[in-house]
Amino acid sequence: MAFALTPEREKQVEELLTHYPTKRACCLPLLWLCQRQNGWVSPEVIDYVADRLSLSTAVVKGVVTFYTMFFEHPVAPNVVWVCRTLSCDLRGGKVIQEHLEDRLGCRAGETSPDGKFTLLKAECLAGCGQAPMVQINDDYHEDLTIEKLDGIIDELEAKTASPTASASHESSAAGGQ
Amino acid sequence: MADFEPLLTRRYGVENSHRIDVAERHGVYQTARKALTTMGPEQLREEVKKGSIRGRGGAGFPAGVKWGFLAPKPDEKVYLVVNADESEPGTFKDRTIMMEDPHRLLEGMLITCRAIGAHTAWIYVRGELSRCIERLDDAIAEARAKGYVGARPFGVNHPIDIYTHSGAGAYICGEETALLNSLEGRRGEPRLKPPFPANKGAFDMPTIVNNVETVTQVADIIEKGGEAWCNLSRLAPRDGGTRLYGLSGHVKTPGVYEAPVGITMRELIEDLGGGMLHEDRPLKGVIPGGSSTPVLRPDRLVDAPAEDHPLHAWHGKSEIDVPMGVDTYRALGTMLGTTCAIVMDSSVNMVEATRNLMKFYKHESCGQCTPCREGSGWFVDVLDNLAAGRGRPEDVDLLVDIANNVMGNTICAFAEGMAMPLLGMVRQFREEFVEAGKRGLRDTRMDKSVVALLRGGAA
Repeated sequence: MAFALTPEREKQVEELLTHYPTKRACCLPLLWLCQRQNGWVSPEVIDYVADRLSLSTAVVKGVVTFYTMFFEHPVAPNVVWVCRTLSCDLRGGKVIQEHLEDRLGCRAGETSPDGKFTLLKAECLAGCGQAPMVQINDDYHEDLTIEKLDGIIDELEAKTASPTASASHESSAAGGQ
Repeated sequence: MADFEPLLTRRYGVENSHRIDVAERHGVYQTARKALTTMGPEQLREEVKKGSIRGRGGAGFPAGVKWGFLAPKPDEKVYLVVNADESEPGTFKDRTIMMEDPHRLLEGMLITCRAIGAHTAWIYVRGELSRCIERLDDAIAEARAKGYVGARPFGVNHPIDIYTHSGAGAYICGEETALLNSLEGRRGEPRLKPPFPANKGAFDMPTIVNNVETVTQVADIIEKGGEAWCNLSRLAPRDGGTRLYGLSGHVKTPGVYEAPVGITMRELIEDLGGGMLHEDRPLKGVIPGGSSTPVLRPDRLVDAPAEDHPLHAWHGKSEIDVPMGVDTYRALGTMLGTTCAIVMDSSVNMVEATRNLMKFYKHESCGQCTPCREGSGWFVDVLDNLAAGRGRPEDVDLLVDIANNVMGNTICAFAEGMAMPLLGMVRQFREEFVEAGKRGLRDTRMDKSVVALLRGGAA
């Protein structure tokens, strides 16, 4: 089925187009809007963006594959990025990753069996002074201890409805790190 | 540092400092008002030149000189692009400006736009920092409602529009021409230079790309006057002002601090960072300004016996006692970078630290140029072998050989940013690489005591 943005988001696109001298410059902002609505950048989203900005689908696909934050596969409602670069690793980034793998029951790069979490490794997220840290969806969680991290995961677990309807979220191929 | 008056951080910690009414009560926009209503573009550029501000994004190029490269033709528009793609491992300072003092950044942008003749400006923020983008969007809306951004800022006929633009996860977009491609909706691959952005930048127009901190400090420079601001530095007149320093790794109080340009690494670690995290583990090495800057060793002494050597005054002293400036650090064989230091104590194995960073570069190489794309993979392969005990002592020379083959053979400076810290590690800690080649690394986990720390126990 063809993808379409909601009327409110469509209005945002009209506004975004005024921010740049070319239509093409809206490629990243438009992909972001679509991903926020759809959860990931599906082939239908790529068709939509290409059509909306008068670009070829190959060009849009090329943009999507360049950036790590555009998901080329469905992901869980909670995407956990665990920073593994040096500053975090000096303060236990690897321990955080291993704990999350145990706790969520999946390895980095995969989605948890209950479909609520996708765990991904991240390169430096600019939270070095508050290491170790993870990013979950839009939020940074810093100065982590195991206890603090468990509290955050508990809360999200309780808040997130089991995404039983969307079996596709079980796909473990998100991220591709 | 007792006599030092903070400028960049003076509103940090003030409640709701990101709201325009609070920011204005604490002095924001007064300088832009003065600059736009009473000073001409030429005078503004002159003050910034006098401030001798070296770009805060890492390269240390004098911002005033960069602005001087602009020579727009009559039919060309000039654009300002603020580089907020803060992604250099170890660097986390610009984030604090965007969160704590977004209006001061906008104020600096208004003055900069006036000075360089720009009417449109974008802030390119890395995609991960979506909270910063929200904050900036709110600040822009507030400033627009007051008329500071828009058709007639402070009643002056110099329309200025400011927009945010979100990246989507790519370290290379901090390279200014990759950033411009990303802004234009393309893959973030760096462009061949020349032409430089000042001649042909965003949308083929003359463009100035400046770091968040640099642009924010333009407001400080105009407020204090170029010369007075410059003299806040211990390295005036060549490297002026104050700047943000960051500390991460094995110090007691990691974080972002403001101090004059030219403090020493020892002062940064001991006075601002509260000293080493564990009393019984001394400093082993420090990466001074983001992962691309070669590592310093406290037990290595400056060797500059010649009187005309730029570091002669510190001959025989430790590397970490040299003032932190763009030129002094270059003379030391490293780079000042972003002055966000990664501090490593005696528990760290430098082969493992290097392997961690090379994995980063392998992941982030854009893949355009073969030496960088393949070289980054080779670094990781060789270091993986060393760590796993499959290496040989002579692999250390292989690493050096790879480094020498990627440097200077690529479109952008990423390859140097990857190879130079590797060479620095090998130069400073060669024995550890040779040792790993003989025996491998027994435990690739970096520090066991962190497990205890993270579990809330004592280290």
